[in-house]
Amino acid sequence: MIGLSVVYVVAGVVFSAFAILSALDRNNRKRFGNAAFWALVATSFLAGDRLGDVGNGIVVLGLAAIAGLGGLGRGLPATTSTDERKTSAERFGNRLFIPALTLPLVVVFGVLVLKPLEFGGVPLLDPKQATLLSLSLAAVIATGVGLVLLRQPLMSPLQEGRRLMDTVGWAALLPQMLAALGAVFALAGVGETIGQLVTTHLPMDARLTAVAVYCLGMAGFTMIMGNAFAAFPVMTAGVALPILVGKFGGDPAVIASIGMLSGFCGTLMTPLAANFNLVPAALLELPDRYAVIRAQIPTAIPLLLANVVLMYVLAF
Amino acid sequence: MLSLLGVATVVVGFAVGLNPLLVVVGAAFVAGLAAGLSPVEVLAAFGKAFNENRYISVAFLTLPMIGVVERAGIQEQARSLMQRLRGVSVGPLLVVYLLFRQGTAALGLISIAGHAQSIRPIIAPMAEGAIEAHVGPLDRTTRQDVRATAAATDNIGVFFGEDIFVAMGSILLMVGFLATAGITIDPIHLSLWSIPTAIAAFAIHAVRLLLFDRRTRRRLAR
Repeated sequence: MIGLSVVYVVAGVVFSAFAILSALDRNNRKRFGNAAFWALVATSFLAGDRLGDVGNGIVVLGLAAIAGLGGLGRGLPATTSTDERKTSAERFGNRLFIPALTLPLVVVFGVLVLKPLEFGGVPLLDPKQATLLSLSLAAVIATGVGLVLLRQPLMSPLQEGRRLMDTVGWAALLPQMLAALGAVFALAGVGETIGQLVTTHLPMDARLTAVAVYCLGMAGFTMIMGNAFAAFPVMTAGVALPILVGKFGGDPAVIASIGMLSGFCGTLMTPLAANFNLVPAALLELPDRYAVIRAQIPTAIPLLLANVVLMYVLAF
Repeated sequence: MLSLLGVATVVVGFAVGLNPLLVVVGAAFVAGLAAGLSPVEVLAAFGKAFNENRYISVAFLTLPMIGVVERAGIQEQARSLMQRLRGVSVGPLLVVYLLFRQGTAALGLISIAGHAQSIRPIIAPMAEGAIEAHVGPLDRTTRQDVRATAAATDNIGVFFGEDIFVAMGSILLMVGFLATAGITIDPIHLSLWSIPTAIAAFAIHAVRLLLFDRRTRRRLAR
C-alpha cells in the first residue's frame, strides 16, 4: 500500500534541492538564510518520524528563528523576461494550458480509478490519503508534460519552483504551524474555557437569540482558532445540543450543517486560516498581506446573517 | 482561564505585525506554560503536532509545474486570450469560476483547482486581462483588488460547495461528534442541509462580483 511516506520523501527531495540551489544563488543577499530554512523543511519531511517529538520541536524553533530574525530573502533564479514569455506564449498558444489541465485530470483519475484498486485485498493507495497521493502524482506527471511539451530546461522545475517558493516565503509554513498550535491549545484546554465563557455569559432565552449566539459564536470562535473544526465540538456541545436541540426541539441535522457553514464564514475573515487567506496573498504578490481577507469580509458577513435566518426558519 | 493568554498572544502578535511564525511559537509556549506544562513538554507537544501535520505543506509540490508553465508564458497567454474575448467582462468570468468551483467541490473534487494551480497562473491573469482589454494597463491598487477578488472567489466556491459532498471531512466530523452525543444522523442529511447556504453564498458573492466589475470599469473609465 502506498501511503504518505512516499510523498514525504518526494517533498523532502524537492525541498533539499531548493535548499542547495538557494545556497548557490549569489543574487540573493540572504541566500544562506533561505538555504537553512528550506533545509529544515526538507529535514522534517525526510526524517521527521525519526527525530522524536523534541527534535521536531527544535526544527520548529529553527524555522521560527530564521523567519523572525528576517533571515529569508528572495532568490532570483535566471528566468525568462516578460518579452521572452510573450514570444513563447505566441509560439505555444493554448498548448500552454495543457500541463495545468493535466494536473486536475490526473487527480480525478487517481481518485476515481486508482483509489478503488486492490491487489490481493490490499488497496494500492492508502484510502484516507488518496486525494493527496493523487495530487502529488499529478504534480510530477504535469511537470513532465510541461517540460516535454513546452521544451523547457531540465532544471527549470526546481529553479522555477524555488522562485515561487521564495515568493511565498515563511508564510508557506504558517498553516502547518497553526495546526500544531491548535493541538497545543487543545492540550491546554483553551477551547473548553472559551466555550464556558460563551455559554455562561450570553443570553439564550429566546429561540432567535440562541440561534444567533450559536451561528455568530461559531464564526467568532473559528476566527480565534483559525479553524471551524476546532470550534464545532465546543460550540455544539455548549449551545446547540442543550439549547437549540434540547430546549427548543430543533432538527440536529439542520443545526449542525448550518452551524459548520457559519464557522466557514469565520474562516473567511481570519488571518489564522493562513492557507486560505495569507498564503494566496503571498503567492499573488499582493502588497497588503490582508487583501484577500478584505475582499472576503463583505461576502462573509451577509452570508453569516443569512445562515442565522436559514437556521431559524429551517430547523424548527 | 490563564490558557486564554495564548489566544491573547496570537491576537496581539498579529496586530502589532510581528512575524507570524514567531507569534505562533510564542503563543504555544504561553498557553502551554499557563496550563502547567513544562517548556520541554510544550516543545515536544508542538513538535509532535507539527510532524503529524506535514501533509498540509505537501500542496507546495505543485509549484515546480506552475513555475515551468509560467516560464513558458502561461500568464501572458491567459491575458491575451481575454484581449481576444473582449466581450467577456471580469464579473461574469469570475461568476463562472465560482460556479465551477462550487460545483466540482460538491462532487468532492477540491484539489483540481486552487490558488497555486489555477488562480496565480490562469484565473488572475485572465481577470486582469479582461479589464485591460478595455482600459489598458492597470494601476497597482486595481491589480491588487482584482487578484484578491479572484483568490476570494476560489475560497468561497470551495467552502460553500464542499459540504454538499457526503464524504467530506467536515461532514464526517459532524456525524462522529453527534454520534458521541447520542444522535444518529445520516451524512446525506447534513449534505442536503448545506445546499440552502450554498445557494445564498453563490447569490451574495455573484452579486458582489458583478458590482465589483461595474465599479472598476466606471472608476477606470474616468
